[in-house]
Amino acid sequence: MRHIIAVLLENEAGALSRVAGLFSARGYNIESLTVAPTDDPTLSRMTLVTTGNDDVVEQIKKQLNKLIDTVKLLDLSEGPHIEREMMMIKVRAERQDREEIKRLTEIFRAKIIDVTDTSYVIELTGASKKLDAFIGAVPEGLIVEVVRSGPTGISRGEKGLTV
Amino acid sequence: MALSEAQSVGAEPGRPERSGVELSGAEIVVQALADEGVEFVFGYPGGAVLHIYDAVFRQESVKHILVRHEQGASHAADGYARATGKCGVCLVTSGPGATNAVTGIATAYMDSIPMVILTGQVPTPVIGSDAFQEVDTVGITRPCVKHNFLVKDVRDLAVTIRKAFYIATSGRPGPVVVDIPKDVTDPNIKIPYDYPRDVKMRSYNPVLKGHPGQIRKAVDLILEAKRPVFYTGGGVVLGEASGQLTDLVRATGFPVTSTLMGLGAYPMTDPQFIGMLGMHGTYEANMAMHETDVLIAIGARFDDRVTGKIEHFCPHAKIIHVDVDPSSISKNVKVHVPIVGQVANVLADMLKLYRELAPRSEEQPVSDWWAKIAEWRGVDCLQYDRSSAAIKPQFAVETLYKVTGGDLYLTSDVGQHQMFAAQFYPFDKPRRWINSGGLGTMGFGLPAAMGVQLAFPDAQVACISGEASILMCIQELATCLQYGLPVKVILLNNGYMGMVRQWQEFFYESRYSNSYVDALPDFVKLAESFGHVGMRVDRPADLEAAMTEAFAMKNRLVFMDVIVDPTENVYPMIAAGKGHHEMHLAPSLSDRELA
Repeated sequence: MRHIIAVLLENEAGALSRVAGLFSARGYNIESLTVAPTDDPTLSRMTLVTTGNDDVVEQIKKQLNKLIDTVKLLDLSEGPHIEREMMMIKVRAERQDREEIKRLTEIFRAKIIDVTDTSYVIELTGASKKLDAFIGAVPEGLIVEVVRSGPTGISRGEKGLTV
Repeated sequence: MALSEAQSVGAEPGRPERSGVELSGAEIVVQALADEGVEFVFGYPGGAVLHIYDAVFRQESVKHILVRHEQGASHAADGYARATGKCGVCLVTSGPGATNAVTGIATAYMDSIPMVILTGQVPTPVIGSDAFQEVDTVGITRPCVKHNFLVKDVRDLAVTIRKAFYIATSGRPGPVVVDIPKDVTDPNIKIPYDYPRDVKMRSYNPVLKGHPGQIRKAVDLILEAKRPVFYTGGGVVLGEASGQLTDLVRATGFPVTSTLMGLGAYPMTDPQFIGMLGMHGTYEANMAMHETDVLIAIGARFDDRVTGKIEHFCPHAKIIHVDVDPSSISKNVKVHVPIVGQVANVLADMLKLYRELAPRSEEQPVSDWWAKIAEWRGVDCLQYDRSSAAIKPQFAVETLYKVTGGDLYLTSDVGQHQMFAAQFYPFDKPRRWINSGGLGTMGFGLPAAMGVQLAFPDAQVACISGEASILMCIQELATCLQYGLPVKVILLNNGYMGMVRQWQEFFYESRYSNSYVDALPDFVKLAESFGHVGMRVDRPADLEAAMTEAFAMKNRLVFMDVIVDPTENVYPMIAAGKGHHEMHLAPSLSDRELA
């Protein structure tokens, strides 16, 4: 099963490589991993997406908690949560394709953020599946480049993952 | 001079009395060690740590032990830590100094040994430029340490060293590396020194007490058990819980088995002890594991050498598992009652509750179960040929026990001799059996024995080894001479890498690929050339007298080259992928007898 895990880490040099090293050393799956500082500059927040059966995911969480730099951890998949990923996609946009892609962008509530005579860069934010759907909807052969941030997430409700 | 002033105050370990003295980074390193109460630092100098070595030279409270190879430093610090329960400390230079220490760091990590390893690093401005003797020490050691630090500012040095000791010695212990660039120890830059008394880390708070609800569940299971077994591991030794374990085992009257790492935590000569379990465990211990209905695992981690094939592991048992490390619980084997907490606390709480709830009875508890165990014991699985003209390794270990009266610190290398020692030398106290269990590091024994002998100068300390293992750190014989360490090396010389040879005999149709060590040195002359006493024994009849003579030489290192039967195998043996009930027994015990 797919799990999305949020981790608060001490904002120390090497914290990210400890997490990455843990996953490779113990052979855990890692689909994506994003990390950035929070409002508190001493803390980084990491979101990682992994897959595995319940026992494996339980062990992943224990091993993450065992890292000395880990302050707190939450498996967002255990409760109601919101997940967002950002994508920028560069497409070839010439002649009749220009209108077609612009329409597609509107349907997905995406934004065109760069325009040339022959291309667009489109920005789209949403759940990962929506991003997948957009990629699927772009007519064959027009995609030049895709860059995705990897998912980040936050729990619903008033409680927060804070120190 | 600042440093000697600081000592004259006689800072109590961990409770420094001084603050505000101006010290350089190098002096801070050494003063911090003194404030931690460190007696010995095992190390080897080099370019990046020269400032620190100069500070070492100008003080006397921390004694530096010069090894002959950094692997020896890390094993010696490890042996010191295992024997004393205190934190072992190493000091090595950057680059090859650090990489040579890695085997010892990984050894300590696998067995959860508290150690602080100070490594020199190239100066901060040249980090990342492939400078001379530069290596990414933090990167290389990351997977084999509990934690590591790179100190980039002298103002962070004292607090980082305090944190390193705190992390290394608390919770589930482990090695911590502190990488210190040379410019951080610059003797010309002095800052006020203030060693922190306490350290608080929001991201690291080891659990102390077990959850009362879980303890209640565990005691309820214990009270209902018909065929219980205590399965205890190195965590009992590390957690100083030997007394609590012994009390609980005696109160319940249950049988107890131990892993290789836990030997001695419960007295091995006690009738409730049914031997070591696992790959080379006793028949009675492994059969009891197979038949048990309530397994009480204490400070053990269900290692593959213990469990055998997981599908066959304790098929009838409800499992209680007490461990300070949550990630050890249900990692390999799913358990029914997990209890996270310090083993000593949890065992004390369990005993208290057990005494409240257990019915008063004169009967021996679980007597049917003991009758079954007595049958298994009757198999006498550790028997060997006592009429052999060659010295049997088992006989050598039994003789060692006899000569030392059981009062010995025994370090070991890795292989057959290690298993024979575990099977035939019954330890009645914890911290007496010192070996590399998790990583299985050949070369561990001799440097580890140095650490033990330094900690206990008047104690009997021996290193049991094989002719293959001993050569991996043989250079430390020079260190032993320099510091007058009268370790007794008991070399069980069979001319083979015995355990490799045994596996090749069993599983590779006796194709002995590269397990024979041709061109061995003359160990007697070798020991003598290092300034020690060498002895060779090859007849069983001479062994006891020779060992007695060796141990009578209180101030000399004696290297005993004991020529043993080259083809002896370690039995019982559970082959990889088999269950506890599928042991190979010695050829003299046919399978039919056991049915």
